[in-house]
Amino acid sequence: MRWLKHNLYIVTISILFVASIILDNLDPNNIISKIIMTLLTLFAGFHIFKKAFMDLRYKIIGIDLLVTIAVVAAFIIGDLFEAAAVTYLFTLGHVLEKKSLEKTRSALSALIDLKPTLARVIDKNKETMVELNQLKPKDIILVKPGEKIPTDGVIIEGSVMIDEQMMTGESMPVYKEVNDQVFGATLLQSGYIKIEVTKVGSDTRLSKIIHMVEEAQDKKAHTQKFMEVFSKYYTPLVVLFAIIIYGMTLEIRLAITMLVIACPGALVISTPVSFVAGIGNAARKGILFKGGDSIENLSKGSIIFFDKTGTLTLGKPVLRDIKVYDSTQNELLKIAAIGESFSEHPLSLAIIEAAREKNIDIEDEPTDVEMKIGKGIIFRYNKVKYAIGNKQLISFDIPKPIEHEIEMMEAQGMTTLIMSDSQKILGLFGIEDGIRDESIKLIRNLKKLGIKQTIMLTGDQKRVAHHISHTLGIDQYYAGLLPEDKASIIESYHKENHTIFVGDGINDALALSTANASVAVGGMGKDIAMETADVVLLSENIGKLEDAIKISKKVKTNMIQNVVFSLFVVLFLIIGVIFRQVTMSIGMLVHEFSVLVVIVNAIRLLRYNQGGRHDKRSRTKQLHKSSSDLQKS
Amino acid sequence: MKKTILQLETVTCPSCIKRIEGSLKKLSGVDHVEVKFNASKVEVRHDENEITIDALSHMITKLGYKVLSVI
Repeated sequence: MRWLKHNLYIVTISILFVASIILDNLDPNNIISKIIMTLLTLFAGFHIFKKAFMDLRYKIIGIDLLVTIAVVAAFIIGDLFEAAAVTYLFTLGHVLEKKSLEKTRSALSALIDLKPTLARVIDKNKETMVELNQLKPKDIILVKPGEKIPTDGVIIEGSVMIDEQMMTGESMPVYKEVNDQVFGATLLQSGYIKIEVTKVGSDTRLSKIIHMVEEAQDKKAHTQKFMEVFSKYYTPLVVLFAIIIYGMTLEIRLAITMLVIACPGALVISTPVSFVAGIGNAARKGILFKGGDSIENLSKGSIIFFDKTGTLTLGKPVLRDIKVYDSTQNELLKIAAIGESFSEHPLSLAIIEAAREKNIDIEDEPTDVEMKIGKGIIFRYNKVKYAIGNKQLISFDIPKPIEHEIEMMEAQGMTTLIMSDSQKILGLFGIEDGIRDESIKLIRNLKKLGIKQTIMLTGDQKRVAHHISHTLGIDQYYAGLLPEDKASIIESYHKENHTIFVGDGINDALALSTANASVAVGGMGKDIAMETADVVLLSENIGKLEDAIKISKKVKTNMIQNVVFSLFVVLFLIIGVIFRQVTMSIGMLVHEFSVLVVIVNAIRLLRYNQGGRHDKRSRTKQLHKSSSDLQKS
Repeated sequence: MKKTILQLETVTCPSCIKRIEGSLKKLSGVDHVEVKFNASKVEVRHDENEITIDALSHMITKLGYKVLSVI
């Protein structure tokens, strides 16, 4: 019954339409037939006529106006059935289009539904539930297991496992502890945490992601712009054509049929619906496309450049090997760590971390610290001048045996830091940055996706680069690069290739903006990367690049299918009308049907590669449960 | 000048864009109108002294589109 109430209008006009068809076959000139058909025309056409009248006032030639003219003309020549059928089909088509278009946009509303509503604020040791819009930065909130984290913040107490899948698409829960960032709408799996709120409302990561997806869906791609220009001229041209036909043949029926098919409905929406559905699908997997152009550019890529550190590797270097020539290991490590304490370079952090693990006291401070970018650090400690860094920092000849040991370390994929005083080499540190598990599989699969070449760009030493690219199966590498070198290497490939650059968004803004398409990995916590890159993979999992490329290609194919189909329909209709095979109502039927076909084709993209759909559903249930729990407590 | 964003019910036809943009632009006090088709949002830059948000949403409603909220 409820269904009937909701769809009363459609049901009524549909009954009138069926009655009209029957009456048209029995006796179209019967007075009852005429009344029913007129009733249907008025009832189904009311909205159309109203819009046409409005358009006229604002001097817009839209489809509503054309249909109105056609219907009025059909009335004048006495073809009531055609008039009734055209208005009915047009109205029904619109209702169905609205329903199906809402579906293509559903991915975004699923994201919006993630927003939590309440937070448990701790104030003077008292817990109070607060509406989310009353939360302020610096508030302290408590989150319990199974609850959604209400907003972005920093953990000040506790360590927990957090499920960030709803945002990053990554199913493995993430371990977080004090000083780690947490994001609103992610799910606390186990443990309790206290969070200091850092961002609320539209500043939160979730709000930014929603905003980005929205912007992306409305950003027009090249193809789309072309289709819009085409459509802009198509309507007036067909109208002109209809007038000419009338002038030549004086056949009103032919001319008005032309008017009905003048709206390029399917053509206009053929590209945007594919993009919207594709962007929506990707967003659910933690892949953000910045717009239709980003999708097109990624789908065309033939060469992929990878940044090494933090992209193909974990970006968390670990000290693996120490060679000592003068003192003891611990003594050497102590001095090195004291010197490196002034640097935030990942390699420095590896040395400091190693010293901490061995409980070496590194509280002392170095003096006369000098940072040599791209080389290392020079400093003074206990009146001795030390240097730690790469070969370029050493001013004297390195003895052959030591040279050999450096080569050995590098060949094993370890970046080597050399520690020296002003005359001799004191020791070597072999630091390794582990390769991400997903990298090997990714590189192998890219070839299957039609990528011609994979190239690694790194500031690291040549032998290390060789070791890593060999392990991963990367075709080529450039080592010892500065950030600006990366951009110019990519540039040099532009002539004959469509380039993609994949980086972690640290130190590679220039390369990101140079490539035809750029992808940033692990974008959740990095504002700049999120803004610069064309495609953002929210999680650290670089394997998602494969999904992103697959989706981009799928969307491109889908879009081409839609465009070709719509053009074909337009052509078919025009020819059909000229040869008098297509009547007004058939024209409208084909027109509305083609629009629906295009939308349904795009909806297929939403379902594409939705692995673990079942999973998703049960998780949403869990989410609902947890938020209602929160409200109860 | 103030920027107002109005959330409409799902906008379905591309001609809706023209209709909304065309009619709002003609109002005095309206500087710039952009309809975001896929998000079903209307972005209006206008002078609040000359035309209020209520007047804008009234105009859109008159054109046949439900205004769900003002953001």
